[in-house]
Amino acid sequence: MEVPDLDADVIVLGGGNAALCAALSARSEGATVLLLEKAPFHLRGGNTRHTRDVRYAHLDPGSYTTGIYTEDEFMEDLLRVTGGETNRALAELTLRESQTLPEWMERHGVRWQKPLQGTLHLTRTNIFFLGGGKAMVNAYYETAKKMGVKVLYEATARDFVIDRGAVRAVVAEIAGVPTKLSCRAVVVATGGFEANLAWLKRYWGEPADNFIIRGTPHNDGVALAALLEHGAKPVGDPKGFHAVAVDARSPKFDGGIITRIDAIPFGIVVNKLGRRFYDEGEDLWPKRYAIWGRLVAEQPDQIAYAIVDAKVVGRFMPSVFEPMRAGSLSALAEMMGIDAAALSATVEAYNGAIDGRGTFKPGELDDCATAGLVPPKTHWALPLDTPPYQAYPLRPGITFTYLGVSVDEQAHVLMQDGAPFANVYAAGECMAGNILSRGYLAGFGLTIGSVFGRIAGKGAASHVHA
Amino acid sequence: MSTPEMSDAQWQFNVCNACRYCEGYCAVFPAAELRSTLTSGDLAYLANLCHDCRDCYDACMYAPPHEFEINIPKLLAEARVKTYERYSRPSALSRLLRANGWSTALLSIAAIALILVAAAATRGVSGLFAAHGGAGAFYRVLPYAAMVTGGIVVALFGVAAAVAGGVAFWNETHGSLGESVNLRALARAAADAATLRWMKGGGAGCYYPEQGRSNARRRFHALVMWGFVCALVSTTLAAIDQDVLHILPPFPILSAPVLFGTVGGLMLVVGCTGLTVLKAGSDKVPAASAMAAMDYVFLVLLNLVAVTGLALLVLRASAAMGVLLSVHLGLVAALFVTAPYGKFVHAVYRYLALVKRQIEQERAA
Repeated sequence: MEVPDLDADVIVLGGGNAALCAALSARSEGATVLLLEKAPFHLRGGNTRHTRDVRYAHLDPGSYTTGIYTEDEFMEDLLRVTGGETNRALAELTLRESQTLPEWMERHGVRWQKPLQGTLHLTRTNIFFLGGGKAMVNAYYETAKKMGVKVLYEATARDFVIDRGAVRAVVAEIAGVPTKLSCRAVVVATGGFEANLAWLKRYWGEPADNFIIRGTPHNDGVALAALLEHGAKPVGDPKGFHAVAVDARSPKFDGGIITRIDAIPFGIVVNKLGRRFYDEGEDLWPKRYAIWGRLVAEQPDQIAYAIVDAKVVGRFMPSVFEPMRAGSLSALAEMMGIDAAALSATVEAYNGAIDGRGTFKPGELDDCATAGLVPPKTHWALPLDTPPYQAYPLRPGITFTYLGVSVDEQAHVLMQDGAPFANVYAAGECMAGNILSRGYLAGFGLTIGSVFGRIAGKGAASHVHA
Repeated sequence: MSTPEMSDAQWQFNVCNACRYCEGYCAVFPAAELRSTLTSGDLAYLANLCHDCRDCYDACMYAPPHEFEINIPKLLAEARVKTYERYSRPSALSRLLRANGWSTALLSIAAIALILVAAAATRGVSGLFAAHGGAGAFYRVLPYAAMVTGGIVVALFGVAAAVAGGVAFWNETHGSLGESVNLRALARAAADAATLRWMKGGGAGCYYPEQGRSNARRRFHALVMWGFVCALVSTTLAAIDQDVLHILPPFPILSAPVLFGTVGGLMLVVGCTGLTVLKAGSDKVPAASAMAAMDYVFLVLLNLVAVTGLALLVLRASAAMGVLLSVHLGLVAALFVTAPYGKFVHAVYRYLALVKRQIEQERAA
């Protein structure tokens, strides 16, 4: 077997977008780079594999977006979703730097999705990669190979040897064998810890066993935990995660985009007791889908069921999983394992609260609302009365966690006292909480990962040359 | 929808239709989005729209080892093999001649043997092993009538069987005869085929060899396609020279038939060899072994036809000419007889799929 030469100035931990941006940048600046990806070759790329677009500020729509998106508007969006909880300086830096991303990405092999007459329409704020995130990751790995970045798969960092605020070596495990790798700078870009169920249980207890992890099983947060152990200053709510409602029959890990259930605004959602628990028609679905993961997580046994009738089938994206289907609500209740009388009472109350005078308009906030019902359904409330009925079982599907390490504008990881480690940088989800402390903006995780990946890589290389 | 193949295909395209990340790559995915329930005809259509660039496989986060095991290039390659088996007529011959190495090799040997026997019976064994010169040299090995009759019979058989297959395919993909008479769709599909448009994948080329994108496959394929066209032009010009202008072969080196034949032959050799090497070095996971076997058999046979043709040109004044001519003609005959049942016929089904795509996209627009 060929013995790989593992000497490198900069070690990059992680194998997704942020890690690759860091590796490419550090290599461009002349440093020798070793990238440790925990996943095997075919599953490389972390959660970036499941992405498809990046948000960036632009004054020229170009060929791949439909309009301009200023830094100011971008900031407004960010402040809205985070409720103002963001590190303003880092946020401004991210938005400013985001403008140069498409050009940089293209130069490193990424291709864009052209407008089609099909379903994938371009948007104003985000640019879509041809083939999605895995294609982008593959392009970056190809470029990294050409540039001479060394890449190891099934290789992960467990700890750091830190001496007077500087990392001297990474304690790694390569194909199961413990190895100590010395280096002159390290970039931590290992994502969040959402695939580490034991860690989630610290905050959520046993219910965490019922969570579905939408992304890679490799985001175990071990390197993040080691940094925190060595005195890095945490940022973000440890309990916080972004979650959507996914089909309960999804695989435990890595189900990605196709497990999402979009039927919710077209019917009702009940828990295992057969009771409704939230306004299914609160707002347009793209603005609300991201709250349903948390809502389901709070229900008994972390399960719920979206129920629609035959009238609305075809109005929403079909799921890859066949819905439960029955000619009567009681038969459907039996399939779901819900008490038929309880479900019947819920549906009767719901149907009885609809006066039928509204006009159903699925594309806008219509006037079909319930009256006097708790919780109400404020839009798209049609009676549930046309068999066959269909149900999709729902579980919380966790996309990412918010907990990370604090960084400065050079992507240095900060210690508890606010002073930076001399040669430790962070990029991607393990530091995104500095900027996106809560809430969600489509394609913004990649913005942060790309911007800070580049900064971290460049910073690490210049530290090596200093 | 009842067979395991069809339910697997349905599952895989359900995943594709829920994801849609690949819809910018090629014609397959937009066509799949128009079909939420797949019939076997739909699958045959999608299979022949696919040019096996593998960009979708490489971009798929659900590809093996992911538990969803989405592998569209393999699924569609397997379906293409079935297309050739199911639609090519007559079906009894289709089962017999299904492109496999042994049947093609035996058929080639039989064809060569038949020609050698015919040559020996008509012109004598000595004619086979003597050097011949001057006009009509080839016919001193095998009589003109025998060569032309054999050629026409074999060519007509190949064309008729391929056309019958094309008609069967068109019917099962729910195409009506009326809608196929759409000149714009026919012309646009011809342009797609002539430029090998869908072999570009997403623009960076195919994943051959493994793990690196390049346009090598498309270039080699263009050499094969246009090399074959040159060889056909050469044959046609030769027929005109001979039957209209009464100039008998062998033709001078600088004559049109020889120039076309030589250039075409060289293109075929380079193209077939290139494609064979690329295929051998390609990832086997997104491939179907039955399809790969067909590919190799066809590439080797076509390459041998080209090599023997070129050798015949070089050695036509020598005593080796008689045997070389027989081998070359035997291989050409084998190529045409197996054509409707092997890889050769992809030209027919792919073209019809491209026509259907044009009609469908125009309707959707």
